[in-house]
Amino acid sequence: MAYVAIADRDHEEEHHDPQTFITKYVWSQDHKVIAIQYGATAIFVGVIALVLSAMMRLQLGFPDTFSFITPENYYQFVTMHGMIMVIYLLTALFLGGFGNYLIPLMVGSRDMVFPYMNMLSFWVYLLSVIILLASFFVPGGATGAGWTLYPPQAIMPGTPGTDWGIILMLASLGVFIVAFTMGGLNYVTTVLQARCRGMTLMRMPLSIWGIFMATILGLLAFPALLVSAIMMLLDKTILTSFFMPAISSMGADPGYTGGSPILFQHLFWFFGHPEVYIVALPAFGIVSDLLSTHARKNIFGYRMMVWAIIAIGGLSFIVWAHHMYVSGMNPYFGFFFATTTLIIAVPTAIKVYNWVLTLWEGNIHLRVPMLFAIGFIFTFIHGGLTGLFLGNVTIDLPLSDTYFVVAHFHMVMGVSPILVVFGAIYHWWPKITGRMYNETLGKWHFWMTFLGTYAIYLPMHYLGFQGVPRRYFAMGDTDFLPASAQDLNAAITMSALFVAATQILFFANVIWSLTRGPKADPNPWDATSLEWQTPDTPPKHGNWGHDLPEVHRWAYDYSVPGYADDFIPQNVPADVAPAGRDHGVEH
Amino acid sequence: MEPSGTQGVVSDFSRDKQVFGMPWGKAMMWIFLLSDTFIFSCFLVSYMTVRIGTTDPWPVPSEVFALSFGGDPIPLILIAIMTFILITSSGTMAMAVNMGYRKDRNKTFWLMAATALLGASFVGMQAFEWTKLIVDEGVRPWSNPMGAAQFGASFFMITGFHGLHVSAGVIYLMVVAARVRNGFYEKRGGNYEIVEIAGLYWHFVDLVWVFIFAFFYLW
Repeated sequence: MAYVAIADRDHEEEHHDPQTFITKYVWSQDHKVIAIQYGATAIFVGVIALVLSAMMRLQLGFPDTFSFITPENYYQFVTMHGMIMVIYLLTALFLGGFGNYLIPLMVGSRDMVFPYMNMLSFWVYLLSVIILLASFFVPGGATGAGWTLYPPQAIMPGTPGTDWGIILMLASLGVFIVAFTMGGLNYVTTVLQARCRGMTLMRMPLSIWGIFMATILGLLAFPALLVSAIMMLLDKTILTSFFMPAISSMGADPGYTGGSPILFQHLFWFFGHPEVYIVALPAFGIVSDLLSTHARKNIFGYRMMVWAIIAIGGLSFIVWAHHMYVSGMNPYFGFFFATTTLIIAVPTAIKVYNWVLTLWEGNIHLRVPMLFAIGFIFTFIHGGLTGLFLGNVTIDLPLSDTYFVVAHFHMVMGVSPILVVFGAIYHWWPKITGRMYNETLGKWHFWMTFLGTYAIYLPMHYLGFQGVPRRYFAMGDTDFLPASAQDLNAAITMSALFVAATQILFFANVIWSLTRGPKADPNPWDATSLEWQTPDTPPKHGNWGHDLPEVHRWAYDYSVPGYADDFIPQNVPADVAPAGRDHGVEH
Repeated sequence: MEPSGTQGVVSDFSRDKQVFGMPWGKAMMWIFLLSDTFIFSCFLVSYMTVRIGTTDPWPVPSEVFALSFGGDPIPLILIAIMTFILITSSGTMAMAVNMGYRKDRNKTFWLMAATALLGASFVGMQAFEWTKLIVDEGVRPWSNPMGAAQFGASFFMITGFHGLHVSAGVIYLMVVAARVRNGFYEKRGGNYEIVEIAGLYWHFVDLVWVFIFAFFYLW
């Protein structure tokens, strides 16, 4: 029984445009409004996490100076900073924010397939954020177990926040996973089943490919986190012994017996490593589109870019134990996981080469989004290369507990995706709001952020080589460390505070644009993909007016020889303009 | 010219409009079930890890889950009945899907109701089994008089999570069945694919039980 695709139906279901303020902007089922709700919430918690990191840096740069930062506080800041940044900011912003906004517009759909569930997804996400933030205010405060929440210490007395903080953290993660699943099912189904005529998978912009693959990873990886959160909650609340070995705590026997702390690490990293790519793949995809659009060239090796995204997604599930080299495991396992880890470098390198080759002889416009995209290539290569060191067991062992890991991780998964987030916000801002941003402010924002992050993280690699241990509240007098290590720490703190303060420029730009920004052209970057071809800017409910668009070419027809304009939108028919290299076969 | 060979496979899969010729809800249910598979896999793998990891003796399931009807205890008899009931309910569900596509609303309703009833009786027997373990045998999530504490913890967690799935499925089936009966889907174009979507979920819950049965009770 053949099922008629939505693009082929004679009469679409009628659209009931929301009428009241509440249904339009609060309980909205419009993917664009939900995207903005997701994005604003994610950025709000992100700012909290940024403030927490500033507090951590104050302590590290100037120990014994700030009486309001106790060792307990410090560990709570570390934990909450990490968890918020990775999950509640980056995952939510890339998938809930950009995924929601871009998927229906870029594949030529009116909305997500199940808008009501999409709306629920945001509100449940908001609930998880509230539960998370509430943990700052409960007795004992937020958990200070480190963002990886390793048992036994995560639930044993002595760690900050073992009264209520850890319970709220685990509950919040569970709620977040429910929210993500409702959204994620929508994103995947929309990409698979609700594209417009002519939009083959091999004509989709790479942004959608990245978000699509990342969502699949999320749907398969978050279950491991959910299960480990449930089991740790049981260990904490009713004294089961999944993760807890027989252990003595402050002279008393808490009643645990025979559990496996390593089991938690396996479950956590079976989630945790794909999580890296849940954040990275949308960034890869978006940056490909930014580079191509602003260099006025088709993306180099589109087909390979797609296969690389798929290959990275698949490989990301068989590398998790490279986070556990120091936990102790069979040497052959270390060998296996080191091998798979290094194999990931192949598709990743393909992507990096293709980005650089896209720029090669391009007509590069150094607008703000392009600056951020090129900045990403730098920071990502940098973080990727240090990853090759840490992927090897023998090199990882001495480096694992030092600042080298902090520097590597923040370069590859902190700075790089955040640069893409900013690039993407500047790039799509005119479409989302209908107004232009301030170019000069944006450029200042980029250069100060980009150079500032290098000032933070380059010296941090050096601290790692010297053996400065991570996780420490203060170093005190340590013989093997030269006194200059502390000077370097102070310098890093100054840079970090500078970069944090620089973000005010971004918010100033937002306010400037919303209050006095000039009206934006519907397609200010002369881009080809569908979201720039909507009849209204910002797009109205239903996105496309009366008729769905029809796609006749891939998303990268830039500078096609023999055509007057240097771009041909995807919905321009083949007899009007010649096609560049196209990969789609229409059925 | 359409390509052939592996190129043809790729181009077929990546064709425009939609990948699978099925309703959105059905595609979404399949993807959800894939995700749920990972949840149960993680539960089962964790259970196996703590079972082979613990140094305390693991109770023998065929003795713990034996039931006496007057004579000698019969090993796993209750579990066998529960498994039989659940698999039977998959049969009635499959028939309901068939009747749904034939637009036989009456038969669809009754077959779905039968499925829900079988599911509810499964949950009831599970409650009986839990009560027996807790009250008679003294098994708790944190301790177990017969040996390893992880026995109780894994048992209650895994069968509890599965039991929640069955209970949710019973409610889901009852809602859909009621709507089949009152003509809700007639007003929406007379399309009964929702019966199949509910059926997918139900078969999945049954399949998961087969794995729990094999790994927890037969091991």
